[in-house]
Amino acid sequence: MTALREVEAPAGPTPPVRTGQLAAAARWARRAPLLPALIFTIVVTQLPFVATLVISLMRWNSLDPANRGFAGLDNYTAVFTDPDLRSAIGVTVVLTATVVLVSLVLGLGLALLLDRRFFGRGVVRTMLIAPFLVVPVAAALLWKHALYNPEYGLFNGVLTWLFGADAPQPEWIGGMPLLAVEASLVWQWTPFMMLILLAGLQSRPQDAVEAARIDGATAWQVFRYLTLPHLRQYLELGALLGSIYVVQNFDAVFTITSGGLGTANLPYTIYQTFYQAHDYGQASAAGVVVVLGSIVIATFALRVVSSLLREEVRA
Amino acid sequence: MRRLLGLAAWAAGLLFFAPVAWMVLTSLHSEPDAATNPPSLAAPITFDGYAEFFDSNPWPPLVNSLSASIGSTVLVLLLAIPAAYALSIKKVEKWSDVLFFFLSTKMLPVVAGLLPIYLVAQYTGMLDNISFLVVLYTSMNLPIAVWLMRSFLAEVPGEILEAAALDGAGLVTTLRRVVAPVALPGIAATSLICFIFSWNELLFARVLTGVVAGTAPVHLTGFVTSQGLFLAKVCAAAVVVSLPVLVAGFAAQDKLVQGLSLGAVK
Repeated sequence: MTALREVEAPAGPTPPVRTGQLAAAARWARRAPLLPALIFTIVVTQLPFVATLVISLMRWNSLDPANRGFAGLDNYTAVFTDPDLRSAIGVTVVLTATVVLVSLVLGLGLALLLDRRFFGRGVVRTMLIAPFLVVPVAAALLWKHALYNPEYGLFNGVLTWLFGADAPQPEWIGGMPLLAVEASLVWQWTPFMMLILLAGLQSRPQDAVEAARIDGATAWQVFRYLTLPHLRQYLELGALLGSIYVVQNFDAVFTITSGGLGTANLPYTIYQTFYQAHDYGQASAAGVVVVLGSIVIATFALRVVSSLLREEVRA
Repeated sequence: MRRLLGLAAWAAGLLFFAPVAWMVLTSLHSEPDAATNPPSLAAPITFDGYAEFFDSNPWPPLVNSLSASIGSTVLVLLLAIPAAYALSIKKVEKWSDVLFFFLSTKMLPVVAGLLPIYLVAQYTGMLDNISFLVVLYTSMNLPIAVWLMRSFLAEVPGEILEAAALDGAGLVTTLRRVVAPVALPGIAATSLICFIFSWNELLFARVLTGVVAGTAPVHLTGFVTSQGLFLAKVCAAAVVVSLPVLVAGFAAQDKLVQGLSLGAVK
């Protein structure tokens, strides 16, 4: 990132005070359009975290307001020893990694299929985008009631079609709760990955591919040594943006399983600690833990984006 | 081989589209026909599901969603466009650090700030108030909008700006003649993305609103637990609430890609 910083003006002999003031005024004139957005963002997104940090050190349950005070690190001890929260951390990691990786692989396959002329390509592309455009709560309701329901859901209905009256009729949500949540999210996020990767494929320089083909490269070699390296930054972008959204997923967990059956992730658990258990201190400590985890992921992710930006600056 | 890959693409497209098609078809069946096993594809079409849904008075939530989404999108544009200008055309020092600060706020999980935000709303009497959601949705989408708008404004060629300055063009002329043509597609992509994300949001709305300012996604959570025959009604509700996003997204597919990739794809 240092490479990106604009070179500071070389320090010459001390300028007269007047030009110094003028330069300062000019700098502030440049900054002025930025300030409203910057101040707004700091106040609305950063101050709450500071408050969360403070509350996480307090003993504060809204059902017992008289007993409010400094608690030291008690809430953190509770967070790390609470089996529910520990399992929530695991669920969040598994859920995010599974959904992002599977969507990315499926999205890559679909993008490769769509990166060629065939009859009705526009229609297929539009059909593939549709899952991403269903409102998340609506999509979760659709999967829960219309697809997974063991009595009248579409999945078991199709099984009855295929195998007749004694077809297996699994309890999709009861039998494989986390997988059920993941499948619905993969369905929604695959189109997103497909769109980004397809745009990446279409920006690939065609002359290099043709030259390689003329030189007798196989389709696999073209994919492995030309397409994949070109796609790398798009894969990284998809993974980064996908992780940002999936790690925070609340809608699917809330709707499909209501956090039951071992599917409660951190956003859902924090929501519950504060909304139903009213333990403000512990909810905040869990929030701080989530933030720390996110910072680790974000540091890595920001490096990815900064490499993208550096390429743009060079270009 | 070519035909086979085309067929595979069609098969994949139909597979991914099937749940959406099923949602629409079920919404058009009567309740007994909607909940059969095996499914009754050819059952008669009826709008009873929609009638049932609109009987549950979904208009206030839909209007609330619309005002929160449009309100925050306008506010986002008002804040993001000048900021993007200061990060691309007339750059401030350390502009890339500022840009990364905006993006990093997007990586902090909103749920971690939920409690203080709730308490502020409670103390200021802003609970169950749509303007409070507008402010939060603005903060949620502002980083994305700044990145997107900057990536578009960065395409304004520097030589043309210099030429305009040499010809004595004022700020307004430069903005109108040189910057606006490049910025307008960016504004369209930004508006689309901000609208979709605000329209979809559930967690803030669920915690901070109630009977007055509840949004459409909150209204949908009323269907989480099932009681009796209600599948057609649920599907009708899902179709109605998703319709604005589906229409906007289908109509502006290229803008959708630009927006989702933060402008990295043009």
